[in-house]
Amino acid sequence: MAVYRKPHSLEDISMHFCPGCTHGIVHRLVCEIIDEMGIEGDTIGICPVGCSVVSYDYFACDMIEAPHGRAPAVATGVKRSRPDRFVFTYQGDGDLAAIGTCETVHAATRGENITVIFINNTIYGMTGGQMAPTTLPGQVTQTTPFGRDPKIAGYPVMVCEMLSQLTGTAYAERVSVDSPAHINAAKKAIRKGFEMQKNNQGFSIIEVLSTCPTNWGLTPEESMERVRKEMIPYYPLGVYKDITAENK
Amino acid sequence: MSNERMLMKGNEALAEAAVRAGCKCYFGYPITPQTEIAAYMSKRMPRCGGVFLQAESEIAAINMVYGAAATGVRAMTSSSSPGISLKSEGISYAAGCDLPCVIVNVQRGGPGLGGIQPAQSDYYLATKAGGHGDFSVIVYAPSSVQEMADFAVKAFDMADKYRMPVMILSDGLLGQMMEPVVFPEIKNNEPEKDWACTGHNNQRRHNVVNSLYLKPEELEQSNIERFKKYDTIKQELPEAETYLTEDAEIIVTGYGAAARIARSAVNAARAEGIKAGLIRPITLWPFPEKAYADTVDTAKAYLCTELSMGQMIDDVRLATSCRRPVRFFGRTGGVIPTPAEILAQIKLIKEELK
Repeated sequence: MAVYRKPHSLEDISMHFCPGCTHGIVHRLVCEIIDEMGIEGDTIGICPVGCSVVSYDYFACDMIEAPHGRAPAVATGVKRSRPDRFVFTYQGDGDLAAIGTCETVHAATRGENITVIFINNTIYGMTGGQMAPTTLPGQVTQTTPFGRDPKIAGYPVMVCEMLSQLTGTAYAERVSVDSPAHINAAKKAIRKGFEMQKNNQGFSIIEVLSTCPTNWGLTPEESMERVRKEMIPYYPLGVYKDITAENK
Repeated sequence: MSNERMLMKGNEALAEAAVRAGCKCYFGYPITPQTEIAAYMSKRMPRCGGVFLQAESEIAAINMVYGAAATGVRAMTSSSSPGISLKSEGISYAAGCDLPCVIVNVQRGGPGLGGIQPAQSDYYLATKAGGHGDFSVIVYAPSSVQEMADFAVKAFDMADKYRMPVMILSDGLLGQMMEPVVFPEIKNNEPEKDWACTGHNNQRRHNVVNSLYLKPEELEQSNIERFKKYDTIKQELPEAETYLTEDAEIIVTGYGAAARIARSAVNAARAEGIKAGLIRPITLWPFPEKAYADTVDTAKAYLCTELSMGQMIDDVRLATSCRRPVRFFGRTGGVIPTPAEILAQIKLIKEELK
């Protein structure tokens, strides 16, 4: 009989994430997959600046903390020197789609054989709730106090849509973790990213729509509702690129 | 290519020596006057099972080095002045994580986009302000194509020995010129790296490469530990060449390309009966203070020559405790001083000493 237990590759310590934040769910999914694939000893994770910054304490595989936005470049150095290892990055929206856009795009276009877990919660969490590249039009943040006005602050970056245009991107899927069904789908997507890395198929990115109750000023329950009502309509879930499907 | 004498460009000699020293990963980005290093590596690395990758930016290149170094392999990047500014973030992180790696700066004129001709205006950048935070990197200053090769090997050995970034501070003159070079014999000086992130194979607890300390006392302690290492390095590593300094009244000092020109000026001064000598720092950090302290009783004045507006002169004043006048002569922006210009300065000081 299956027993629900903490994955071995998830360290048994209390996390710094706020109540209702979905980082914990995503951490767990990544670790379940690492356990199921039996690759904890073969995996090197990279967590850059943002709310993921101390995740080196949570993942039990070897971990590297990267400068803000530079995780895909650091991952490139790791993977090129140790191509036999699984390499994943775990990045937030400010990290991946603002300060690190260049590193992200070029790791993708090179087809680096790495798996990118991308947390999109439409806000800078660690610094206290400023506008992110993914902040929705009209969304109030500390630096868009009157709501994001695209005429002043531009439009959200659609990461999966953008990266799926690159030949080097092997797999891009947007998922959510707002319901058990969506969590199961998210796990399947992350697993696929690691499997594709195992098969040397190149760059994979799984964008996870996530919550930030603290900086959204919502309860955990209201936050899940916001994902469903505001985020999913703007950021449609689904597979944006999958070279294994194209080959069929 | 074994131990025979070769005629090579400085940049290529450095690249070849790095490969022989066990450099497994090179990440770079084109910028004049260092691009020959990247071009050489792009041909050489695939032939010896190493990694060459042209990065999308200087920032990405240093972070690729950071990643490769975190797995324990010998990794290098190279650039020229504006590119080194971009790398300074990554250099600070590498220093904060105690990662051994090698960074080459083939200097050109600045500030800003500056020019593409040789300069030495990144002395402060290399020795004082290589990035944010409390840290230093070891800095080697080659003065010939031979030393471009020798110091590449030394840089990797010292990076591993002290677990920290090492910079080779060269310039466009040394990078572009051709001279004979004999590649140094390589001893395997690569230590075990039990701290590296290689995947723990379920044999140990996870390794973490990190420079974040949220508790101030822990960050302070980490900095104190690192500075204890720096104290050891200051004892063990300073290196300088002295030339005709024993009886010298006027000591000319300069590093790299400037030292080559200064040497000619010292010879010319001697030919005219002026007791001139030369101190050529080989390590810029740690600065070879002893070479100056040893001469300060006998010398009457120093002349610091640089391809800059005057940066190393600060360290010369400190090393001589300001006990003797330290004059400066430099050309900058890519202009290279002539031995005659420096000789004229030596004569001027000689007149003043009368």
